[in-house]
Amino acid sequence: MENRSLVTIAEYSKEKILYLLEMAKQFEKNSNRKILDGKVVATLFFEPSTRTRLSFETAVNRLGGRIIGFSDAATTSSSKGESLKDTIMMVSNYADLIVMRHYLEGAARYASEIAPVPIINAGDGANQHPSQTMLDLYTIYQTQGTLENLNIFLVGDLKYGRTVHSLIMAMRHFNPTFHFVAPEELKMPEEYKIYCRQHNIKYTEHTDFTEEVIANADILYMTRVQRERFTDLMEYERVKDVYILHNKMLENTRPNLRILHPLPRVNEIAYDVDNNEKAYYFQQARNGLFARQAIICDVLGITLDQIKE
Amino acid sequence: MEKTNKQALQVAALKNGTVIDHIPSGKLFTVVSLLKLQEMDKNITIGFNLESKKLGKKGIIKVADKFFSDEEISRLSVVAPNVKLNIIRDYEVVEKKEAHMPDELRGIVKCANPKCITNNEPMITYFHVVDKEQGVLKCHYCEKEQNKENIKLI
Repeated sequence: MENRSLVTIAEYSKEKILYLLEMAKQFEKNSNRKILDGKVVATLFFEPSTRTRLSFETAVNRLGGRIIGFSDAATTSSSKGESLKDTIMMVSNYADLIVMRHYLEGAARYASEIAPVPIINAGDGANQHPSQTMLDLYTIYQTQGTLENLNIFLVGDLKYGRTVHSLIMAMRHFNPTFHFVAPEELKMPEEYKIYCRQHNIKYTEHTDFTEEVIANADILYMTRVQRERFTDLMEYERVKDVYILHNKMLENTRPNLRILHPLPRVNEIAYDVDNNEKAYYFQQARNGLFARQAIICDVLGITLDQIKE
Repeated sequence: MEKTNKQALQVAALKNGTVIDHIPSGKLFTVVSLLKLQEMDKNITIGFNLESKKLGKKGIIKVADKFFSDEEISRLSVVAPNVKLNIIRDYEVVEKKEAHMPDELRGIVKCANPKCITNNEPMITYFHVVDKEQGVLKCHYCEKEQNKENIKLI
């Protein structure tokens, strides 16, 4: 049987991405449908992630499915030393689909190879988090009316931020121009710049984060600069206030500009930005529901036509 | 003639089997364990720190009545890319083979990422060879790349 699991966004073609976005659009129109009636979805969170889990569980609940699972591995048999394989095989007996978050990298790939039911990767360590990328894509599409030919600014921690890495890979189909805005210690790793060059993705690097730099941005994707990422704390002290977005920086930006953030935010977006119509991070989080409903249906073999009916 | 005699002195001749030559001395015992020679009951001669014009010092392994599979040979390429295999039948070299890096490596190399699932589950590692020239491997699971220099065998 074809394995319909979603492990990484990199495996999705342009057509597949556009198809899922169309599906998400249907769910935005109406997210309460009984299409998962009689289905059981397992949410296995070996590492706590309240936001992602609530989003997935809401997605299932609103489609009429039932949920089993756990939100913290400390309360499960993996704390007794059970292997991931055994947990997955056991849960596969009960559920039609497994949504899994794991602290180890590659856990989702492995689970998708052994499980008789589809797996959705809800984050595997620092590796992949494809449902986040799908909601980012949906938000960009929703706010700009297209994914093609956009100026996308990625700001903050570009070294460890897996969401920005996945976004680059997913956007490769749509002729974007990227701007990487980061301090020296957290700049975009060489392997992703190589990836950009291999796929003819235009990019420019900046260390300054100013009004002038972001003047032609269509999307401003902010990420958190975390203290613990720095080896040189003097460097952290020097840059920590540089990558903060203030409302006054937005005065001369494009009218179609929207500000995204995977959340949680700490201080990288000042609270005075929240009331600006260009701030879009809370709507972005809401889109997670529709994007995840689309992913869930797709891995279960439910088609766009079936949803439209 | 003199040259042949010298070589003959270094390691005794083989009737049937395989001579693995041009193993860098530092890699000799890795090759031994990679091919699981310590578990074989064949007649095996291992030469260590022999003189070599190319390598300075080299290792050589002669295994009687054993002909390695292509899979076993490709495993060798991971640790010692320039190794030469001479297939001997009735004291004659009937075939020469070189170890070539395969496209995939299963169960041979350990992933360098401690947070990789393969280092935390009883499972077989799996790498894609992304650059044969430079010896760059990419873990199928955690997707991290690693270089030939840092490769650890299982």
